[in-house]
Order: sequence, then structure tokens, then C-alpha cells
Amino acid sequence: MTTSAFPEGVKRCSSGKFILWLLPAFLVLLIAAYAMFRVWFYGLNQTNMNDAYGFAIWIWADLAVIALGGGAFFSGFLAYLVGVKKVKNIINFAVVLGVVCYTSALILLGLDVGQPLRGWFIFWHANIHSMLTEVAFCLTIYLGVLIVEFIPVILENPKIQKIRFFHHLSHNMHEIMAVFAATGVFLSFFHQGSLGGVPGVLYGRPFAFREGLFIWPWTFFLFTWSAAAVGPLFTATMCRLTEFITQKKLVKDDVYELLAKISGWMLLTYIIAKSLDTIYWATVTAPARGFAFMDFYSNNPAYYGVWILIAEIVICGFLPALILITQKGRENKKLLFGAAILAIIGLCINRWVMVLQVLAAPLKPFQEEWFVYSPAWTEVITTIMPIAYGIVLISIAYRYLPLFPQEKELNP
Amino acid sequence: MVIDLDKCTGCASCMVACYSENNVSFRDEESIKLLSINWIQVYKITNGKPFPDTEVCYLPQPCMQCDGKDFGHPPCVSVCPAVATDFDTPTGIVSQIPVRCFGCRYCMAACPYHARKFNWWDPVWPADMERYLSPDVSPRMRGVIEKCTFCYHRFQRARQQAYYKGDAENIKEADYQTACTQACPSGAITFGDMDNPDHAVYTLKKSRYAFRLLERLGTQPSVYYLSTRKWVHRACDNYLEHEEPAAFAGKSA
Repeated sequence: MTTSAFPEGVKRCSSGKFILWLLPAFLVLLIAAYAMFRVWFYGLNQTNMNDAYGFAIWIWADLAVIALGGGAFFSGFLAYLVGVKKVKNIINFAVVLGVVCYTSALILLGLDVGQPLRGWFIFWHANIHSMLTEVAFCLTIYLGVLIVEFIPVILENPKIQKIRFFHHLSHNMHEIMAVFAATGVFLSFFHQGSLGGVPGVLYGRPFAFREGLFIWPWTFFLFTWSAAAVGPLFTATMCRLTEFITQKKLVKDDVYELLAKISGWMLLTYIIAKSLDTIYWATVTAPARGFAFMDFYSNNPAYYGVWILIAEIVICGFLPALILITQKGRENKKLLFGAAILAIIGLCINRWVMVLQVLAAPLKPFQEEWFVYSPAWTEVITTIMPIAYGIVLISIAYRYLPLFPQEKELNP
Repeated sequence: MVIDLDKCTGCASCMVACYSENNVSFRDEESIKLLSINWIQVYKITNGKPFPDTEVCYLPQPCMQCDGKDFGHPPCVSVCPAVATDFDTPTGIVSQIPVRCFGCRYCMAACPYHARKFNWWDPVWPADMERYLSPDVSPRMRGVIEKCTFCYHRFQRARQQAYYKGDAENIKEADYQTACTQACPSGAITFGDMDNPDHAVYTLKKSRYAFRLLERLGTQPSVYYLSTRKWVHRACDNYLEHEEPAAFAGKSA
């Protein structure tokens, strides 16, 4: 008897329909590959970056996907270390999302450096004082951990399970997964924090600079906390999107509600801390350097002014947090996922502000105008690339791997 | 280095000398200044008043060679993940090692002066010019950062000469001068050892009218500016409405 390549007891669409579904994503990947070739071959002059905008849309995308991919580490922490059993129903999916986010981040970083062939210098000639060094080490090792966490999920495929060695390997890897989850949590805590430290230590940039604890600016802790808060919401939202696309119930509502409750309280505590940080920065840190609070929100050619701060803290911070901490808010799925989407947008705004607005804000009084930059097509398509890549990897993983333990039960 | 802004005429000789001395590359199209490479850039600033009260000041700005926090931590140095830039404690010069740099541009983001320039293109010179490149300074390749080094190769030469003369510790003021200093026709740029009382900069930096660019950020630049005009001081650092530049505190100059 031949074994199906699909997980046991679940239904999947025909191969033709599946390929048709993947085609647009492959098209985006193809164009992105061409853009990557141009950037690697001809150099960064193929982008619209300049000496004022040395970090651009890639780095924002990088920080955003790493933060959203934080769902993997925090779900792992909850499932394997705290022992929240319900989270195990979504942990495989969280790992796949994490792999997508972190591999995308590394590809974008490889694309962003001027001399990609010297990328290994960051490990070989490492400057231990640089936040970026910490990011590179933790990010790379954590991706390794994520792949180790992903391998047993791949080995769960029925065809692979038939091979005795892989069957035992997957079983044994599951047994020791808590060790990797713990390693992942430790590494992720540091690189999420270091990414926050990247702008926070820039004492020549008063919009970004923050005081802190010992060598770590407050942004170190805020980035970690926000990634842990919003990452699981991103996992839940993507899971819901998968349900919508497949027209199947994949995870029970109580799993969503549990994640939403944990994330809601974390988001609330984060946004309170973020507000306190903003107040201290606006009233003490920036004025000590000759800047009034509104200097950073006036005459901005992007027109968003102070609204970007209100959007980040109030509309995409306090509002979703308050929805998610109430039982009624969590039981109403439209409210729950509406709040989750707001929180995700809030996180992306935060990373945008801490990367791009930092560089745009004028520092020399005789250069009053904000620096303006609009990304080239090569940058836009490679920034969209993680979405297309995510569609491909998640689709393949969903089709062939048992990502959702509750799927069989929920779709008899 | 001390630059007297009341003497600078904005002729940009310093820029030309620097291009020539340090093999700074350029392109046919140089209208987008944020893509240009220059180790010293002359800014034109005005007091913002309409004619006939308009006043103009030209501000040459090289790398500030910041001492940084706790003497030795300039904003750009500690952020470099590959130690491609370093702080030389004896001279206070911030070095840049192009062959070590892998082009992450974190230093560029860290520098509030925009003194660091990225090589967006391969460096190309017109065929004849290649023969006139300085053998003392390596040209930089595409994809790396470069910046002013206070003509460090000249310092190395001066130190070598001082060594042969048997007094390696005593480099005379005239033996080590940057190209921009020597090229300035109005004598606006003065260069020397800030800590040596025999050097002119030692006295000049103590002037009541001396100030540093964006000093309040705490970067501790090694470049001082001189100007007797209050609006110039105000244009070179950030002040809250009720604050005044130190040289004019309590006065209405």
C-alpha cells in the first residue's frame, strides 16, 4: 500500500490548484531574484539610498520581520518552558513562521551590505562593543536553533516517517526540544534587545538615543518586550489567515484566546513602559541636547507629524491592549483579530520610527529640512519578497506536514 | 584643528586639495550631494534675514575626529561591528580601514555630522588622472565607507622624519599639516596639536568665540570653529528658545 505524502487524516487540494496558487508568489520571487542579482552585481547604487539614508526600507523590514518572528521564541517559551499545553497546538506553525522571518531577515541583511563577500568579517573581526555584532551572532545562531526545531516537523511527513532512522530521529528530537526552546529564548532575548540597542546607543542621534541600564539603552528592553508581546499575535493572525484561505478550522478558539490574553497583558505593560520612556526622552534626554519635543514632529515632509506617535502608542498600543485584556474582546473574534492587526501595525510603526525617522530628522540647525528618501523598485520588490517566500514555504509546509495537531479533529 | 569662519571665503580650495591629496573619487554626475564623496565639505549658511541685512558664512566641515564619550568612544567607532574604524589615542584621530569595512553603514547612521561617505559606485578617474594619484593613500573600493583622516599618511611621514632626527616624540607644527590647511588661501584653517602650548591651535581653541559643531550631543569634536557672530554660533548647535550660545550668554551681540 502506498503512503500519502499528506499528513494522516487531512484533506488537501489537487496538485494543479496548489501550483496555480503558488504561481503569483513565484513570480514575485523571480523578480526579487533579479533585483537581488542587480544589487549584488552592480552594487548598492541600484537602490535609492544615500549618505543621509544609509539605513533604508530593508532595515526596517528586517527589524519588523524579526520582531514579528518573535512569536516563535515566545510560543516556544510558553509551550516548552512554562508548560502551557494549549500553545503546542500552534507551535509548529510558529516555528515555520519563525524560519520564514529569520531567513528573510538574513537574506535582506546580506543584500544590504556593501561588500557581501566580506560578511564573515562580522564574526571574524568581531567588535564586542557593537550592538550589530551581538545581533549578527544571536541572529545566526538562533536561525540554527529554529532550523533544528523545524527538522522534526519536516520528519513528521508520512513518507519520511516510513524510513526507520528518520522516524526515531524525529522522536528523539521531540524529546530534547525543550533544550533548544530554552536556547532559542535566551538567544532571541538578546538579539531582539540588541536590535533595540542599535538605534538606542546612537548618542549622536538625539531622536534615537536613550539612557538605560549599564550598557543597555531602554530600547534594548522595549524591543524585546514588544516582540514577545506582538510576535504571538502575528502567529495567531497568520494562522487565522491560513484558516481563511484553506476554508478550514485549524486551531481551536481557546488557543487564540489564550495567546491573545497573554499578549494583551504584555502589550499593555509594554506600552506603559514605552510611554514612560517617551515622556522621559521628550522632557529630559532631548532638551538636554537642545531639542524641543516638537522639533522631531514638525515640518516633516512625510506629513505624519506627531500623529505617527499617537498612532503607535494610542491607536496601535493602548487600544488593542485594552481590547485583548478583556474577556469580551477576546471572545469576539473580529475584535480579537482587529486588535491583533492594530498591534502588528503598531510594532511596524515603532521599527519604522526607530530606523527611518531617526535618519530623516535634521540635526544641524543650518540644515533645516528633513532628509527625504523614496525606495527604488529593487528595494520595494525585495522588501515584499519575504511575503511571497512566506506564502510558498507555509503553503508547502501546510500541505505536507502536520502543522496543526487539531486539524483532523476539527475537520472530520 | 581650528577653523576661523570669519576668515573663510567659501572658495573650496580645501575641498580640491583634499580630493587630490587623498585620491577621493568623483563622477561625471555630481549634482546629488548626498551621493558625492568628499572628506571636507563647505556649507553655505545664512542668518535668514532679507536684504540688506543678509549675512553669509561658509563652514568647511571635515570629519570632526571626535574624542567621544570618556575620551576614546566616538559615536562611530564603538558601533562598527568589524573594527573597521578605530580611535588612535596618541593623536585623537579616528581611523578608517577600507579593506576591513564590509559596508554595513552603521557608522554613517551614528555620525551626526554626515562626515562618513559611502562608495556607492566603483571609483573611477579619467585616464590621465590615474597617473597623478597619490601613492601614499590607497583608493577605496565600491561598497565601503571612507572619511577624512586628517591626512594621517602625512603624520606617519612626519613621525618617521622625527624618528630619523632622533626626536620621535617631538613633531614640529610645520612638519605635519593637513592638505586643506595648506591650501586655504585666507589662512582660515589652523592645524596642530591641541595639547601642545607651542602650537597655534592650543591658544586659538581657548578663544571666547571658539565653539564646536553640535557640541551638546557630547561627541567631543577635535575641530573647533571661531566666529564673532552670534547667529553663526546659534546655527551650529541646537538651542531651546530660552537658551543662548555660551559665548553670548547674557549678551545681545
